[in-house]
Amino acid sequence: MKILVCISKTPETTAKISFTEGNSQFNKDGVQYIMNPYDEWYALVRALELKEANGGTVTVLNVGDSTNDIIIRKGLALGADDAVRIDTEALSAYQTAAQIAAYAGDKAYDMIFLGKESIDYNGSEVGGLLAEMLDLPFVSFVSNLEIAGETSTVSRDIEGGVEVSEVTGPFVLSAAKGLAEQRIANMKGIMMSKRKPLTVVPPADVLNPVEVVAYALPEGKSGVKMIDPDNMAELVRLLHEEAKVI
Amino acid sequence: MAVLVYAETQANKIKKASLECVYYGNKVAQILGTECVALILGNADNAGSLGEYGASKVIQISNESLNDFDSSVYTSVITQVADKVGADTVIVAHSSTGKSLLGRLSAKMKAGSVSGVVGLPNMEKGFTVDKSVFSGKAIASFLVKSDKRVLSLSGNSFKPEVIGAEVAIESMEVEIPASMIKVIEVKREEGTVPLPEAELVVSAGRGMKAPENWGIIEELATVLGATTACSRPVADIGWRPHHEHVGQTGVAIKPNLYIAAGISGAIQHLAGVNNSKVIVVINKDPEAPFFKAADYGVEADLFDVVPKLTAALKEFKAGL
Repeated sequence: MKILVCISKTPETTAKISFTEGNSQFNKDGVQYIMNPYDEWYALVRALELKEANGGTVTVLNVGDSTNDIIIRKGLALGADDAVRIDTEALSAYQTAAQIAAYAGDKAYDMIFLGKESIDYNGSEVGGLLAEMLDLPFVSFVSNLEIAGETSTVSRDIEGGVEVSEVTGPFVLSAAKGLAEQRIANMKGIMMSKRKPLTVVPPADVLNPVEVVAYALPEGKSGVKMIDPDNMAELVRLLHEEAKVI
Repeated sequence: MAVLVYAETQANKIKKASLECVYYGNKVAQILGTECVALILGNADNAGSLGEYGASKVIQISNESLNDFDSSVYTSVITQVADKVGADTVIVAHSSTGKSLLGRLSAKMKAGSVSGVVGLPNMEKGFTVDKSVFSGKAIASFLVKSDKRVLSLSGNSFKPEVIGAEVAIESMEVEIPASMIKVIEVKREEGTVPLPEAELVVSAGRGMKAPENWGIIEELATVLGATTACSRPVADIGWRPHHEHVGQTGVAIKPNLYIAAGISGAIQHLAGVNNSKVIVVINKDPEAPFFKAADYGVEADLFDVVPKLTAALKEFKAGL
């Protein structure tokens, strides 16, 4: 079984978000980066579990510059066999997916995993883009995956419930919480990760149809209005008359 | 040229999120100087009523092989319809289905995509739309440079209004490719509004102390007509079902009203709820970080104050 796991780099959850150059660029100063949690905790760990149970290989792939190598090494430390970095900074989901598709197109992966979204742009677009570009089935928001022979059974998170489906042959999967449990890299894994191959490949010439032209911070709350716990009628009145939500 | 809106159905009913999309699609079409066409796949009661929300045409394709969702099959059908009606803009809901379609549609149409759009396009420098980024901590304006574009509309961003009249339903011949995915079972909580669509949400966390104490939260939700949600820790320890978990790793929601009882408001939780219009926080700890993100706060024991709030709401509803 040959599994490709696409990983991205995102600012860590508690990072302070600010912008530079007239609010046109994300301010990277002082921002700590991590592997996107959905890619790491769920997509990568489930891939590693499948490899441990059935044999095969897990390759991690990232689109980005050499500053991303640190999170790619983390993927290797967690247990991936090898890594690929496509050496370009993608400006959109389309560009990212097109780069991955150009690389993965002739590699015959049995499965391609990635997180259901990245925690910076929250797009959920790369999985579908990649599946269409590679003409593969796409199972999204997967919180459970079991494999028996050629057939994979997945549970997909849908509004207010789950959908269970079967898919035969290769597919692209986007991972949601529940698919696996977060792992911590151990010292041996970290040592070994330094010797595992990280191949840097040049980018393909692809289209970029979208770009961010401006950022803004949301309007802050004007401050909390504290209500007397013995006067819930007042809260109801405010929700009705002032906030107009009931 | 046209704007094509794919309208989702569930149990033959058009979803609320899709009414929002049709209404939004009509506004986008006006900006682009064209018409809004709605598309329904499978069975639907009252498909013609989409005309009331702004569709000038409703196309319905009913076929057994469209009863179950497969992003590949749906993408093929939607893009065939887009070609036939000459649509350069396709809009879907920012739902599990819509999000699964967005990337595929983008690739198939070679169209730029923007997911979770919250406003109308600004055409000054080309088609530019806003969406929430960094888990609600910022807003970004995306410029779509391609001739075609696909958008998913964030729920509860537009309130659909009746702006037109019912229209006749048209059918269309399309080729339906074979599906590679077989749906075995759909398990869904019946009778409640799913969280991403809910306008009113009542949520509780570890402050509830035990799962058997949730009765007061459920009663508040029932009186209010709200959907229940929970924080990550209580979903993780199995006090509440997984699909109720809102926050960074759970569902991101955008209701008009979010009432949080016994939730401290960690940044990971806020990431899923900070787009709520109005936030009410009930917590006995005055230092709970959630108060900083709230519009209204009640510093009290939730076991005391939640039933009081329920009683006050009952009185309010009786007086309406």
